Amino acid sequence: MAAIDQSRIRNFCIVAHIDHGKSTLADRIIEKTGLLTSREMQDQVLDNMELERERGITIKAQTVRIVYNAKDGNEYIFNLIDTPGHVDFNYEVSRALAACDGAILVVDAAQGIEAQTLANVYLALDHDLDVFPVINKIDLPSADPERVKNEIEDVIGIEAQDAPLISAKNGLGIDEVLEAVVEKIPAPGGSPDNPLQALIFDSVYDPYKGVIVFCRLMEGRVSKGTSIKMMATGATAEVVEVGYFGPGQFIPCDELSAGMVGYLTASIKNVKDTAVGDTVTDLNRPCAAPLPGYKKVNSMVYCGMYPADGARYPDLRDALEKLKLNDASLNYEPETSVALGFGFRCGFLGLLHLEIIQERLEREYNLDLVTTAPGVIYRVHKTDGETIELTNPSNLPDPSQIACMEEPVVSAEIMVTTEFIGPIMQLCQERRGRYVSTEYIEASRALLKYELPLNEIIYDFFDALKSRSRGYASFDYELKGYEESRLVKLDILINHEEVDALSFIVHADSAYERGRKMCEKLKEEIPRHLFEIPIQAAVGGKIIARETVKAMRKDVLAKCYGGDITRKKKLLEKQKEGKKRMRQIGSVEIPQSAFMSVLKLDDK
Amino acid sequence: MENLSIYIHIPFCVRKCLYCDFLSFPVCEEEDASEKKYLGKSYVNQITDKTAAQIDSYVNLIQKEITRTAPEYEKYRVISVFLGGGTPSLLPVGAVSGLIGSIRSRYRLAEDAEITVEMNPDTVTEEKLREYITCGINRLSIGLQSADDAELSRIGRIHDYGSFERVYETARRLGFGNINIDVMSALPDQRIADYERTLRRVTALSPEHISAYSLTLEENTPLYERREAFRFPTDEEEREMYALTGEYLASCGYHRYEISNYARDGYECRHNKVYWQRGNYVGFGLGASSMTENVRWTNPAHMGKYRDYVEEIGHSAGSGSGAVIRERETESFALQRLTAAEQMEEFMFLGLRMMGGVSGQAFRDAFGTGMEETYGGVIEKLCGQGVLMRDRDGVRLTKRGIDVSNYVMSQFLFD
Repeated sequence: MAAIDQSRIRNFCIVAHIDHGKSTLADRIIEKTGLLTSREMQDQVLDNMELERERGITIKAQTVRIVYNAKDGNEYIFNLIDTPGHVDFNYEVSRALAACDGAILVVDAAQGIEAQTLANVYLALDHDLDVFPVINKIDLPSADPERVKNEIEDVIGIEAQDAPLISAKNGLGIDEVLEAVVEKIPAPGGSPDNPLQALIFDSVYDPYKGVIVFCRLMEGRVSKGTSIKMMATGATAEVVEVGYFGPGQFIPCDELSAGMVGYLTASIKNVKDTAVGDTVTDLNRPCAAPLPGYKKVNSMVYCGMYPADGARYPDLRDALEKLKLNDASLNYEPETSVALGFGFRCGFLGLLHLEIIQERLEREYNLDLVTTAPGVIYRVHKTDGETIELTNPSNLPDPSQIACMEEPVVSAEIMVTTEFIGPIMQLCQERRGRYVSTEYIEASRALLKYELPLNEIIYDFFDALKSRSRGYASFDYELKGYEESRLVKLDILINHEEVDALSFIVHADSAYERGRKMCEKLKEEIPRHLFEIPIQAAVGGKIIARETVKAMRKDVLAKCYGGDITRKKKLLEKQKEGKKRMRQIGSVEIPQSAFMSVLKLDDK
Repeated sequence: MENLSIYIHIPFCVRKCLYCDFLSFPVCEEEDASEKKYLGKSYVNQITDKTAAQIDSYVNLIQKEITRTAPEYEKYRVISVFLGGGTPSLLPVGAVSGLIGSIRSRYRLAEDAEITVEMNPDTVTEEKLREYITCGINRLSIGLQSADDAELSRIGRIHDYGSFERVYETARRLGFGNINIDVMSALPDQRIADYERTLRRVTALSPEHISAYSLTLEENTPLYERREAFRFPTDEEEREMYALTGEYLASCGYHRYEISNYARDGYECRHNKVYWQRGNYVGFGLGASSMTENVRWTNPAHMGKYRDYVEEIGHSAGSGSGAVIRERETESFALQRLTAAEQMEEFMFLGLRMMGGVSGQAFRDAFGTGMEETYGGVIEKLCGQGVLMRDRDGVRLTKRGIDVSNYVMSQFLFD
């Protein structure tokens, strides 16, 4: 391949609020540049995982290189880096942005700016990217491009009057976007002659090649045989292959040099060694300093995952191992629960990440899982001066040994139309939110800022937000830090036995309410036994709520005919089969579903 | 010589009771029900010619089935015959004696065989009762269900208490010495006192046997559809009625020998016990079930298929019974050869319906291994839970165990 003129490279990404058409635009760009015929196009080429297609979100960053023949007669290389679209993956997004020189901001012509539009565009501007807007979905009857243009200028402060008006779905206005990429996004800087300095923005594990590192070369060059070093993790390796990204395939090439986006393989066994955000340099001729912005990614949300069938514990372990190969942000360690047997305490970036892993385990590895209530990491300061990072409520020390506890708090931004400000503020209040400010974007829309405890938003907050704003509110957050809080452990006792898998940490003021709801829910879930079963919620040994599952009064077939014997046996078999799916806690049999149902306490 | 019991299914009724989900068809027009009370006529008179022809044709089919399969059962001695339904007493005069006659001529019917016919009071005439006596029927089972006319009409019974009483008295007068009366508890809007009154009136007649069932509300029945219109007894009340049945009937000289069956000494229903004790029995007629030598099968429940099957036996008459057995291997017979494990399970869950429970010796005789060796852990657990008790030679349900017998029985199924 001929040497690539650095001035003809454009490295960019597309930023948008969810559903504003980011992935569809990416597809159109790829299609337009002739890389794939329409027939070969599967919708949303860049969303590879089945799960991503289904949910319509991008989970892992995807990258594609395309060749564009511009109107100026030159051939340009576009590296389009598709970033994850969810707040759980904010750090990955920031690294992907750092690999770009510019960004296309997609805004829905009907909906205008949303919370994630702002969050993502600010993120892009923070990385000094040149951002230009396009107005998408102009074919919608409710499209109002002029209003949206003004909104972009007023709120974000970037020029929007000449923004391309497009319909990615119908392929309208795509040429204009491509020309704008050439004109408005700068060519990459850096020099091939400087020492190698490359940013890792993603990596995937391949069973044959080992880890495939996705990187953007800021300085220098790399080719087969280069000895490299990952500056943060310290891992070293010898490059086996370098190349760039075709749609859905890796295309090897001789060399990557400053300004280029591509991949390298070096027989690396574990994605842990190639952390996102780390800097790759030449072992023999290292660069002076790593690129800024590297962070060790920490799990924010933890839960216990157990195989429904205890015998499949080894399968769960193998499955987690395999997923971990590709997902450095997944953490797990074995744990044992009295109620659920052998399983794992797993750490995730957020609830979406958790759900994705759970679904992949169930679908791709055919595992039936019992999951405990997700929780955040609490800091427990003990009276003896020790501090514990608590991921499993069962490990909470005795209250007499606790000096104080802290919980993670996030800064949240909620974009909402003014008519719903009341209900949303009330929701935040209920979730122990601390009001920060209200900014009016325009007459009818406001940006609410709150500080909220993370554990109040990890599961149903988003749903509650949607339902209280009839779907109009949008939401984004980032971790702010830890704050002291009055937290207690809520224990559930079934037939006077504590069920460890049902314990969780809750703010002292909500303990009673949550305890009551838990008991009610469990009462519905636990079938009648031969004896009466008390269900109790307790804090520090004190019972705060109670329900009773009455003893089974009657379970008898009055009339039974000779001919009904086969039918009768089926009935008995069904009864017995039902028991097998139960967890035995003392003398009580609890259906697996009971453990899951308590996660959904707010379902009406 | 081994014993055999014979069941004959007559799937016709005047009309279907509102709670009924058995295999039976109504043969009379709906409006007849209200007229009848004033006319005092038997429903049988109102069966149309067309329906009568269908009934005749069905009886002929059963005759054929009885006759043509007889060679299969040559080695057995028939110890009981039970005509059930449906409503066997709906059959026209001559039909029942014809069926019994076929059995008598083709099978080895024991001298002392128990021969029962089920009856609905409003389909019985003195002439039919005389016919029954003459053909050797020695036990009657009358479906009364309740002594309260309002309750009867709520569940869609065609008769009232008065017509039952007349049938009962006529039967006694003619010399029937073994009569069962069916009663039901847990009826819609029934209170405990109402049910007690039914028990009082029934025991006052001194039948030899009483079957007392709780109503089970089955889906896809009219009563189920209308369930909101009534107050049904709670589980607690239902169990109270059950307890009352046991206590009251005991005080009148009836002992409970099966979950829902009570008898004076010497009058337990022999046919009924065969099912629970896993004796050999063969069912004739539409959808009738059989078990011989640990093989279970069920006749087709579809009239056309049943007819084809019976006619087929005709064609292969020359080639012996092999063709019949081959036919039963087909899907529509749900033929099942019970494994040793399945036999053990049945031994336990069927045997436990009997108040005497299951015998350890009988278990050993049947399977060559001990009951405790096979089920020791389960028995220990259930005894600990107070639902099962050990006695001299085996186990049986406790009082509490009867209430939750499905649970207890399910524990004897192997994983």
